[in-house]
Amino acid sequence: MPTVTFTDAQGGQRTVEAAAGDSVMETAVRNGVPGIVAECGGSLSCATCHVFVAEDDLETLPPMEEMEDEMLYGTSEDRRDNSRLSCQLKLAEGADLHVTTPETQV
Amino acid sequence: MAQDQTRSHGLLIIGASQSGVALAGSLRALGYQDPITLLGEEDHRPYQRPALSKEFLQDKVDKEKLIFRAHQYWDDHRIELVKGERVERIEKNPDGSGVARSTTGAEFPFDRLALTVGARARRLELDGADLGGVLYLRNADDALELKAQLPSAEHLVVIGGGFIGLEAAASAHAMGKAVTVLEVGPRLIGRAVGEETSQFFLDAHRAAGIEVRLGVQLSRIVGEDGRVTGVELGDGTVVPADIVLVGIGVVPNTELAEELGLECGNGIRVDEYALASDGHTVAIGDCANMPNPIPGAPADERLRLESVNNAVEHAKVAAYSLTGRREEYRSIPWFWSNQGPYKLQIAGLSVGHDRTVVRRDGTDGKLCVLYYRDGRLIAADCVNSGVDFLDVKAALTKGLTVPADDAADPARRLKELAVSGAPEPLPATPRS
Repeated sequence: MPTVTFTDAQGGQRTVEAAAGDSVMETAVRNGVPGIVAECGGSLSCATCHVFVAEDDLETLPPMEEMEDEMLYGTSEDRRDNSRLSCQLKLAEGADLHVTTPETQV
Repeated sequence: MAQDQTRSHGLLIIGASQSGVALAGSLRALGYQDPITLLGEEDHRPYQRPALSKEFLQDKVDKEKLIFRAHQYWDDHRIELVKGERVERIEKNPDGSGVARSTTGAEFPFDRLALTVGARARRLELDGADLGGVLYLRNADDALELKAQLPSAEHLVVIGGGFIGLEAAASAHAMGKAVTVLEVGPRLIGRAVGEETSQFFLDAHRAAGIEVRLGVQLSRIVGEDGRVTGVELGDGTVVPADIVLVGIGVVPNTELAEELGLECGNGIRVDEYALASDGHTVAIGDCANMPNPIPGAPADERLRLESVNNAVEHAKVAAYSLTGRREEYRSIPWFWSNQGPYKLQIAGLSVGHDRTVVRRDGTDGKLCVLYYRDGRLIAADCVNSGVDFLDVKAALTKGLTVPADDAADPARRLKELAVSGAPEPLPATPRS
């Protein structure tokens, strides 16, 4: 079972068991993890599911498509090299991902 | 159900909708300790509606993907979720407490009441509208019915060129159906976007192969053996149809509120704190008629918003009111509509604009139209221009504007061009 560890901007951590095929955003929202808003439900319309991915995990992720890349330029907290929109991060069986949520999403 | 009279009944939220789910979550986030019961009339766990006309219709996502929260979430947050109960009567005491009774005879006592009852699809009043195959698209059962009927249909006629109609039209067209959109008005999405954006979508859908007819007169729905076969227009022509999908807007569900004696008028009237006219009951989301939440809007301007964003933000305001805080609803509304390959995003409300600036003209599939009122940016329609949309949304939220002449240059980021605008806006609702 994939797991995702969310660290909030204050350093608080929570590890959540996910279902393979779900996105990091879906995992957060279904389990009530604060720090991910995701108003648009994953249709790349709102850029409020921004996360910073742990450096070691970056290369395990699917590559970024153009629309995600574009939306990341408009996130509330400025993008960094390890920024992703968590709705685009589908979890494979056995994945163990670590992400940090920004101070603000809106 | 047996009731312990000494026990607190807490809050009853009627409507397991986007706003109902958001309200329950916002309350727990604020530390609200009383019991919360979230009551839904459908037999589904609370789910997201936006995909019903798009990914769900096209079988790109299954129902499970639309479910808002895991089972564990409701337990962890001590939110009692009740499905399949339709409230038909509410008795309320002067202090705001009372009991709601459902059509099955179940009773739901409460100390405080929240109405997140939403809206229903406006029915088509036309001869033949009761024929089989005349469908609507508002909830999951509607979508399941449409999905069940689509495989055997060749021709889909959509009545109404608004968000739902066009999203469903684009979905059905992508599934290989012959699609005709009939719009009574002079342009598409006329209630929500400006003329340039209407024209963009008219051209885009026609270019994709969807037939769009504007300014039509609808005479009747024709059928055989109780099943629709076409739509007859004012000029006598009949547009063949195996399914007619009606998307002509919604009617807010105000019946319960009216019976409670709450003021209604295009929705349940609430103040800037999401409180209804009794001062106790909160009403939020699609069903609520409220003061315009845009900072700086005229004090007497009222509106009703149908959007996910409003459901979520209005829920926060109501959660503050229910926990004894007073925070005015101040927010920049935003909307999205995905139609085939086109992603429409709207920031702000363009109503009342006196100038438009076309920043991207749509020739390369990207459109950005900015709306100004008294020299100040108030809204933008963006198609496949996500950064422009986010920049405008951020600027409006911060009370900034973008000088119109600068904004016309698509090579320059709106974020970099934003400057402070007068008058000074009120602070936005806290977003904790």
